[in-house]
Amino acid sequence: MVEPAQMTPPEAPACAPEVHNLVRADTYVDSVALMRIASALTTLPGIAAAGLVMATPANRQQVEAAGLLAAEGAAARPNDLLIALRCPPDAVPRAVEEADRLLAQGRPDDAHGAGGAGAREDEDEPHRSLATVPGTPRLAVISTPGAYAAAEALKALRLGMHAFVFSDNVPVADEVALKREAHARGLLMMGPDCGTAVLDGIPLGFANAVRRGPVGLIGASGTGLQQVSTLLQAYGTGVSQIIGVGGRDLSEEVGGACMRDALDVLAADPATETIVLVSKPPAPGVARAVLAHAARTGKPVVAAFLGGAPDAPPGVSVAGSLRDAARIAAGLDGPAPVPAPLSPPAGERRLLRALYAGGTFAYEARLRLEAAGVKADTDARPPAPGEAPRLPGSHVVLDLGDDLFTAGRPHPMIDPAVRAPWLAAALRDPSTAVVVVDVVLGYGAGADPAGAVADVVAQERAVSGARLPHIVAFVVGTPDDPQGLDGQVRALRDVGVTVLDSSTTAADALAAAFAPVPCGTPSDRRNR
Amino acid sequence: MTASLLGADPHVVTVGLDSFGAAPRAAGARVTPLDWRPPAGADPVLGAKLARLTAHPLVDAANEEALRRVLDVRPLWTDVVTAREALPVLAGPERVLLHAGPPIAWERMCGPMRAAVVGAALLEGWADTPEAAERLAASGGIAFAPCHDHDAVGPMAGIVSPSMPLLVVEDAGTGRRAYSNLNEGAGRCLRYGALGDDVLARLRWMGERLAPSLKAALHSLPEPVDLRSLTAQALQMGDECHSRNTAASALLLRAMAPALARQADLGGVEALDFLQDNTYWFLNFSMAAAKTATLAGHGVPHSTLVTAFARNGVEVGIRVSGGGSAWHTAPAAVVEGLYFAGYGPSDANPDIGDSAVTEVYGLGGFALAAAPAIVGFVGGTPRGARATSVRMGRITVGRHRELRLPGLDFEGSPLGIDVRAVVDTGIEPVITTGIAHREPGIGQIGAGLTHAPMECFTGALRAFPEPEQRPGPEPEHGPEHGRERAPAV
Repeated sequence: MVEPAQMTPPEAPACAPEVHNLVRADTYVDSVALMRIASALTTLPGIAAAGLVMATPANRQQVEAAGLLAAEGAAARPNDLLIALRCPPDAVPRAVEEADRLLAQGRPDDAHGAGGAGAREDEDEPHRSLATVPGTPRLAVISTPGAYAAAEALKALRLGMHAFVFSDNVPVADEVALKREAHARGLLMMGPDCGTAVLDGIPLGFANAVRRGPVGLIGASGTGLQQVSTLLQAYGTGVSQIIGVGGRDLSEEVGGACMRDALDVLAADPATETIVLVSKPPAPGVARAVLAHAARTGKPVVAAFLGGAPDAPPGVSVAGSLRDAARIAAGLDGPAPVPAPLSPPAGERRLLRALYAGGTFAYEARLRLEAAGVKADTDARPPAPGEAPRLPGSHVVLDLGDDLFTAGRPHPMIDPAVRAPWLAAALRDPSTAVVVVDVVLGYGAGADPAGAVADVVAQERAVSGARLPHIVAFVVGTPDDPQGLDGQVRALRDVGVTVLDSSTTAADALAAAFAPVPCGTPSDRRNR
Repeated sequence: MTASLLGADPHVVTVGLDSFGAAPRAAGARVTPLDWRPPAGADPVLGAKLARLTAHPLVDAANEEALRRVLDVRPLWTDVVTAREALPVLAGPERVLLHAGPPIAWERMCGPMRAAVVGAALLEGWADTPEAAERLAASGGIAFAPCHDHDAVGPMAGIVSPSMPLLVVEDAGTGRRAYSNLNEGAGRCLRYGALGDDVLARLRWMGERLAPSLKAALHSLPEPVDLRSLTAQALQMGDECHSRNTAASALLLRAMAPALARQADLGGVEALDFLQDNTYWFLNFSMAAAKTATLAGHGVPHSTLVTAFARNGVEVGIRVSGGGSAWHTAPAAVVEGLYFAGYGPSDANPDIGDSAVTEVYGLGGFALAAAPAIVGFVGGTPRGARATSVRMGRITVGRHRELRLPGLDFEGSPLGIDVRAVVDTGIEPVITTGIAHREPGIGQIGAGLTHAPMECFTGALRAFPEPEQRPGPEPEHGPEHGRERAPAV
């Protein structure tokens, strides 16, 4: 058994709190509102305890048990409102004033800070699960951390949605299982590590604002697809669809599962007349199977498989570069125009510094240099925090979008600050003959990537006078991109950068400048 | 249905970075960004199981079946009987008490439940003093079993002893029955662990006068009381029929008043006096009706529907329709709320009672949009109450047909908590509940909101038997495949 609460507090402080009861006759207020007001009153200075109740017998008993009932309260009737306080006498007027204010207001303040479920929630609750989104959305764009991406993709497929998985670090076994599931359901599983797509003019991930046209693109290389699609626009045509399939799709394990399904999609798409396939080197068996599949679409297909061009079945043209794939698809005849040659290495200035944000561009440049007999390093250590990057004493072609350089920070296509110190180091290095950079525009890219390059160049020029190495760039973009192609090109030219028309042209120019023996034909074009 | 990749009216969902929605939106696509966070408590293995169970045809079909069974129950109040008459477990010579929540032994019981055990032992005459009752319980002289294991439910401590009267709720269609004890009213009550002569005297009066007069009055009515229809009315009148039963109690009293008045000899007028002051009276009816319905939904193979949620003041536990009789438990949550004068959070016992069966039935926190007054307990607003009901709709399989929420344009109250949805969204079910003092013998000290902890649901999903996966077709890329694509499974 428990003793009822004492009528007076156990210890009496200097200014003794005492019990005060005030009665509002025939005043009905909901009990919850009263409890909230009582709770608010206890936050006032000097109020040790407060109770507001309708003075029913049961409530009076409760107030008495809490040691808060005085004679006025004991005499109150069920329809009366009882305000019971334990506080020094001088605190009473303030408390009663506050109680009356809150009673008049109808809804007391949140001052007591109970918070919790329901409070301040918007009625338009955002959805937290693919499973609760009403209707059947057509497609899920998944960019969660890699550990969770496969599960989200599987949910999307199970729910009847196509999946565009931007996330990387998804185990290859999961990718295989997901693509099998997608195929069985008649759905497309783009990715993981899928950078770009444009479906019926709707851009996903990183994509350029490309004019609509008759060429459909499928690729295992995001920047490669961006390069080809923007060149198609530059060559006067446009794209129907762009379908990224993920960087590993043409590997032995995955077997080109998504590229083959995507070929079926474009085969059935009335907007697509010509199909371009883009990839870093595929597994040879996979490349053959994919090209055989491509030949069965009944539409002309151009395949740009960098570094690995298998024999093509009838109806398939093999292009040796991104630029040539676009030229063939656009119906341009003749060899690509050769740009003015870069100044060859001279004296102390003898080394190439290629600093790419796009991995495919780095890959393409390495291939071209290799073919020309130029040996370049392809890796470097990321600088320790606070230190400047150190460049090796040899030619170098870096993919600054590689995980090695982006761990814990954004990709250099989004955040130019990743590349800026490398660019500055290359410009300062007295052994640098040529620096080359890519500038990628479009949705998802940085707001002013050319400006970021130009800033570094201008800054270094100010430091070193006019003595800078030759700087080469190419801009992947269209006039309709959010950054605007012309302004970006102008920003580069204004600081003395040579702007070439494509990644392939830049790679050819580098190969020509650094080759021990000058190359004859920069690009090979076969099976036209 | 499989959506075509190309074509009109594109609708895109972004999972992860919201910024990926900007470009498709600007290009004219409808974009729904998810407020995503790693599901399944960020456990990738459990997350993968969740994904395999998502939109699983066997699970989806099982859940629809379980929901249909719940919806088809029409709970009727048909009788008042003593517990030993209704429940075989209490009919034998052994000393047995039922309690709220998942199974718990005397040694681990919280203060209010221990006090209620003592009170029940005194009521049954098993002991003469509280000390003797405690010794009896500690020596193993009393056996304990969850109410839920015997188709019964009890609010707060939920102690049911053999001589206590129970109300009987029966499904009009199947005759399936569930039971609850009778509500003692507000203030000092056994269910909140209050002890004393006043508490015992009222319990005795309830057995000797209240129950017989109620039983006679009920039987004098032309037909049993339809609790679903009464609940539907109360939802239109500001109740959510868990923490607020003011309207429902008044409606039930109105239905019973003339009949009770005619049973003056048995105690009918005393009953009227008692009931006119008891705004919680309907709670036990709401609980028994909910138990009758959720019982019907239990035992459907492959169903991930939650069919029980109960707390014993130490642990909370859920049961899943296709998960057998296993409880999946977690430490009991604290209740956020408002306290009676003189009490505060440090006095509160953690969440306790079987009353959350009302949430399992789509009432309480799920029907919060019907009861704006209740949200005041946590400083909320009617807008917030509506948002809570909308949010709860994200974790249920369906909605009530009869029980509708005025605040949500008379949409049905969300019904049928899906373990998958809770684990996927991270949304924990909201419970409206009372607060008991943590010490034995004191009683109710407030009321507020709490939630069913996520660990119950992740545990249930982990244990859930995964249906055999039918082997999917191998990908085919042969010449005959061409543009034909396999239909969606």
